Amino acid sequence: MNARELSKNEYFFGHKACAGCGGSLAVRIALKVLGDRAVAVLPAGCMSAVGFNFPQLAFANNAIISTFAGTASMMTGILAGLNARGEKDFTVVSFAGDGGTADIGIQALSGAIDRNDDILYICYDNEAYMNTGIQKSSLTPYGARTTTTPPGTVSRGNEFRKKDMFEIVRAQGIPYAATASIGYLTDYMNKVKKASEIRGTKYIHVLAPCPTGWGYDTADTVDIAKAAVDCGVWPLREFENGVYTETPARGGDKTEYLRRQTRFSHLTDDEIAQIKDNEYNGRK
Amino acid sequence: MSVQFISGNDAFALGVLLAKPAVISAYPITPQTVVVERLSEYVADGLLAANFIHVESEHSALSCAIGASAAGVRTFTATSSQGLLYMAECLPYAAGGRFPIVMMNANRALALPWNIYGDQSDSLSQLSCGWIQAYAENAQEALDLALMAFRIAEDARVSVPFMVNLDGFHLTHTYEPVDVPEQELADKFLPEFQTDNKIDFDKPVNMAFSAGPGHNKQFRIAHHNAMLRAFDAIAEAEKDFADIFGRKYTGALDAYRTDDADFVLVTLGSVSGLARSVADELREEGIRAGVLRLRYIRPFPGKEIAAILNGKRAAVLEKDLAAGRGGAVFTEVASVTAAATLSAIGGLGGEDIPAAAIRGIFKTLADEPETEVLYL
Repeated sequence: MNARELSKNEYFFGHKACAGCGGSLAVRIALKVLGDRAVAVLPAGCMSAVGFNFPQLAFANNAIISTFAGTASMMTGILAGLNARGEKDFTVVSFAGDGGTADIGIQALSGAIDRNDDILYICYDNEAYMNTGIQKSSLTPYGARTTTTPPGTVSRGNEFRKKDMFEIVRAQGIPYAATASIGYLTDYMNKVKKASEIRGTKYIHVLAPCPTGWGYDTADTVDIAKAAVDCGVWPLREFENGVYTETPARGGDKTEYLRRQTRFSHLTDDEIAQIKDNEYNGRK
Repeated sequence: MSVQFISGNDAFALGVLLAKPAVISAYPITPQTVVVERLSEYVADGLLAANFIHVESEHSALSCAIGASAAGVRTFTATSSQGLLYMAECLPYAAGGRFPIVMMNANRALALPWNIYGDQSDSLSQLSCGWIQAYAENAQEALDLALMAFRIAEDARVSVPFMVNLDGFHLTHTYEPVDVPEQELADKFLPEFQTDNKIDFDKPVNMAFSAGPGHNKQFRIAHHNAMLRAFDAIAEAEKDFADIFGRKYTGALDAYRTDDADFVLVTLGSVSGLARSVADELREEGIRAGVLRLRYIRPFPGKEIAAILNGKRAAVLEKDLAAGRGGAVFTEVASVTAAATLSAIGGLGGEDIPAAAIRGIFKTLADEPETEVLYL
């Protein structure tokens, strides 16, 4: 599908996300693809914090906040309940952040994949606990400044490399897994669409830059999200029916990508040059 | 109706079978396991058309149950001890969301020290989590409470989750003859679950939302008032229960020979029968003893307790000890009446409470009125 085929209906609006929020774009576009029959599950995190402030409730479709650790398990329960009452043709979809997915929620996600529950788990990755004020998660890239990985006299920022969630879910034998970027919306839309038509557990990990946490101009979110793919630190990957594919890097400049973000501004040119792609994206 | 010789866990599982939940999510923990094993067998044998979900933790068990209940179907889970605490985040979540999930908790000691045996420190640590809490005395009541729990929790005036507590091993693993009702009568007692508090594709809802200062208190007070309305729902459910099944229950309290008693022992759970037989013995010796069993501690029947204990002297026997404070149940009872002067702590880590120990509580109450705490 392309942008012209995207529904004109809005399902996520009137929320309180920051200007230039990549996560809210990931939610808005996915719900346009999935339509009225989507049931959205959001754990604690930016999107639930900005979308569910009674009486200002921002979802036009059915939506619910889960516990932080309980995204996938609540999805399983909703799926079972809707099946029990005889509903057909719906999609239980999550929008969980990087911490909610790769840290506190990974046990429940693994359980759902294990049971092959028919859910679409979307992780919007802004690479830190942004809602609580930019603390490190296991998806924060190497070298990044966060409020809990501050560069200091004996520290150069985050010393850990990003966890590779795509490989983790793929290793569990998931029917469908993909990475995406809100910089390449058509690709993201099509992955959401494809995933919604596959039975079993689907996992989409969409890079969703955060101007507040990454330190760039709010107008540049889509550009930054494109640049991450182009320079090779965030390859677009897909695993479907046991077949792995990857969109080749488009030849962007990794140093330029990192230099556009103040979270890397403490690093010297030498240090920037030494950051390997796999330290950024977690790949082996 | 048939009489079966079964354990408390078996009885509870049969009660759940009769209630026909659509979704069961559970994680195994001793001494709850028999319940989920039986339910798995019912599903495997086609006796129960439920989706039994093998979740990866107790946190997921209740999170999953919340999701199923949010979809508007009858939902059950069961746990114990460490499991209850592992799901503790989800307890007020289910309650605040007003999801009428029913959970059986097999009362068991909390680590540390590790101990798999029965005491009540697990559920009593969660008195403020917003759930109805009932304590069964025997296997028959366990089965009956399974049915009543769904009816009361799902009552539109209440819509609050319901925790039924069975003393670990003392009740969960003890065999007794139990009247097992016919499905037809269970269906008559327990109507199909209907709720507006659910995912709806015609009228989409945003659920489990945030409510800031101002709005927050409205939800909390509404929840509190719903819990208080549960007293009416309990009374009505028990009246119908007696009409349909012929077994009578007495609301939040079960008072035994308290009217003319000088000394009353307040209990909860499976020790109560023994307490009553000790009271009978003491009566024969000229000591006017009575027993007041708390069937429900949430909602808390404070006024009724105060009225029954008025003018008497009372001890509270419980299987927990809140370090730095004492017995949680004693604290509750003493908050509504000065009659409660003695806190008796027993059964910790599953230690047996013999008749002599209960006799000792009454004796202490009668002979040493200044004694405040008794460790059995």
